This record gives sequence, structure tokens and C-alpha cells, in this order.
Amino acid sequence: MADPLPTSLPQDTAPPPPGIGQLFLGFLSVAVVAFGGVLPIARRALVERHRWLTPDEFTELVGLAQFLPGPNIVNLSVIVGARFRGIPGALAAFLGLTAVPAVGVVLAGMVFSRYGDVTAVADMLAGLAAAAAGLVLAMAARMAEPLWRRPQAHAILIALLAFVGIVATPVSLPVLMLTLGPVSILLAWWAQRGRP
Amino acid sequence: MNESSPLGALALHFLVISLFAIGGANSVLPEMHRQVVDIAGWMTDAQFAQTFAIAQAAPGPNMLVVTLIGWHVAGLWGALIATLAMCGPTCVLAYVVGGVWDRFREARWRRVVQGGLVPLTIGLIAASGVLLSEGAARTPATAAFTLVTALVLFFTRLSPLWMLAAGGALGALGLI
Repeated sequence: MADPLPTSLPQDTAPPPPGIGQLFLGFLSVAVVAFGGVLPIARRALVERHRWLTPDEFTELVGLAQFLPGPNIVNLSVIVGARFRGIPGALAAFLGLTAVPAVGVVLAGMVFSRYGDVTAVADMLAGLAAAAAGLVLAMAARMAEPLWRRPQAHAILIALLAFVGIVATPVSLPVLMLTLGPVSILLAWWAQRGRP
Repeated sequence: MNESSPLGALALHFLVISLFAIGGANSVLPEMHRQVVDIAGWMTDAQFAQTFAIAQAAPGPNMLVVTLIGWHVAGLWGALIATLAMCGPTCVLAYVVGGVWDRFREARWRRVVQGGLVPLTIGLIAASGVLLSEGAARTPATAAFTLVTALVLFFTRLSPLWMLAAGGALGALGLI
């Protein structure tokens, strides 16, 4: 077992820090019930059930996980695992979150491709795909809510440019992001000038 | 690994994509689609939308769509390599930054950078939604169901699982 990280958690009310196995099982328990959105389920498990994190710590670590590139919940598992048990903890949390569901998803894929010729299965998959697409549209709309609640011209412009750039032009994502990203950050900075 | 093996291309592709996945896997779906469907021709448009749907309907993080694409393209090794390419480098980054985060979490530049990235992410995820809708829409009824799902999930707090189940059931019954 690795030397534990110097922990910055308040120890007065917090339960003892989780071990490697607990981290694995904790994130596995999140993954197996995670349909659609994982973050609310992760919050329930990490903050309410296991009490590994306080609500504020959770919010902050989610902010960090979203700030970094890569799948958010995967980042969160690595950060939380590392916080308690260093590299082995990060690995345990990551594997707990991904390994079993990865096997499950591949098995599901195998079943669907095996029986994809059966009309009912193909039709079911088509219906599933229609719902999944709607799910992503709803997610985008929810994220965009602040844009029309407190409209900021530059934020709306960037969101529209990113959308049009991807949907209607052959520009690749890296090129688009390396162009729009700095512009958007500069505009955000410009808009925040003079604020504390 | 030789030139004709898709494993190298898979690894490189998801490695690059992961570094641009601000806002999670859903914001890079169009780029995956571009590579997997338009450039490499590993899947059709409908197959891509369905692969995404299976990954959404199965439990687990939604980035597992990457695992499934890898598996579709090159079997077990494809699944492993695509997953590791998508998660490996960003996990290392998360590990490193997680350790020093306290130092700059209050920094003003961080809030500015985050403020600048949010609208970009919104545009990208909206683009993902439209692209997936196009892939999924085989009849006007299917397209209508996508729209209904989007509206229901936007205006209510219903679990997405119910809409996925409804979509699957209506599809299997041949109603959409």
C-alpha cells in the first residue's frame, strides 16, 4: 500500500479515509446505477452514503474535474482516489468506475450486433438512439439556460460559432477550439474587467 | 502495430480527442463522428447513433461510447486501446493537477478561463445533439420522439432512463 497522501480533510467529523478496496467498490457502486447522468449519483454516494467528501468539497472537485480535459466523472474518480490513497487509490477508483461497466457495454454491443438482423431488435435500437439524441439536446439546453437568463452577447456569439463551426463546416474540433478558445477566454476576461 | 492496423489510428484519434474534451465526452462526439464515420468509414451514421445509444442505456460513465467504438472497429484490443487512449493522459493530468489544485483554485485567471470555456462547451454539446438526432432520425416519427425526449428532459426532472426505455419500447413495437 502506498504511503497515504497528506490529507487536507478535516478529520473531526469525517469517517476514516477509505481503503483501496473501498474506493474500488464505492465507484463501482456509482457506475452500476449510473444511467444518463453520473454526477448526481456520485454525489449521493460520495457525500451522503460514504461521507468521504463534504458537499462543498464535492462541488469544488467537480468544478476541477469539469475544468480539466477528459471525461468529467473519470477525472473525479482519479482526483478522489488520489486524495485518499495516492496512485493506487486513483487506479482503484478509476477501475471501479470503468472496468465492470466497460465489460457490460461491450456485452450489450455484442448482443445487439448478434441480433441486429432481427427486425424488433433493430427497431428497438433505433428508438433507443432517438431517445439518446434527445437526452443530449436537453443537456445542451439546460447548460445554455444561463445564457438567456443573463444574456451576455459574447458568450452567445461563441456558443453559436462553436455550434455552426461543428455542424455546418468541415473544421476539425482541435482547430475550432484552438481558435475559438483563446478568443472566448479573452472576451470573458474583457467582460470581467473591473470586477473583484 | 503496422500501418494498416486500425489500432494505431484508434489510439491516436482518441488521445487527441481526450485533450479537447472540455465538458466531457459529449462535447467531442461530433469530432468522433467525423473521424469514425466520415474519415475512416468505420461505421455508418446510423451505427454511430446506435452505438452511442447503447453506451447511454448501459450503466456506467457515458465515455464508454469510446470503448464500444473501439470494440466495433478492432475487437477486444480496440476496446482496450480506445478506452486507455481516451482516459490515460487525462487521468495523469487530473492526478497531477488534483494535487496542486488548492494553490490556484481561487485564482482569477482560473475563473476567466472557465468562463471562456463554458459557452464553447454549450455550442459543442448542442452540435452533438443535432448530429446524433440526424443519425437517429430514420422516420419523421423517430425525429419527433427525439424532440419530445429533449422537451421532457428539459422541463421535468424525470430520469433519462425512462425516456430511453420508452424509446426502446416504442421502437420495438414498430411505433416510431
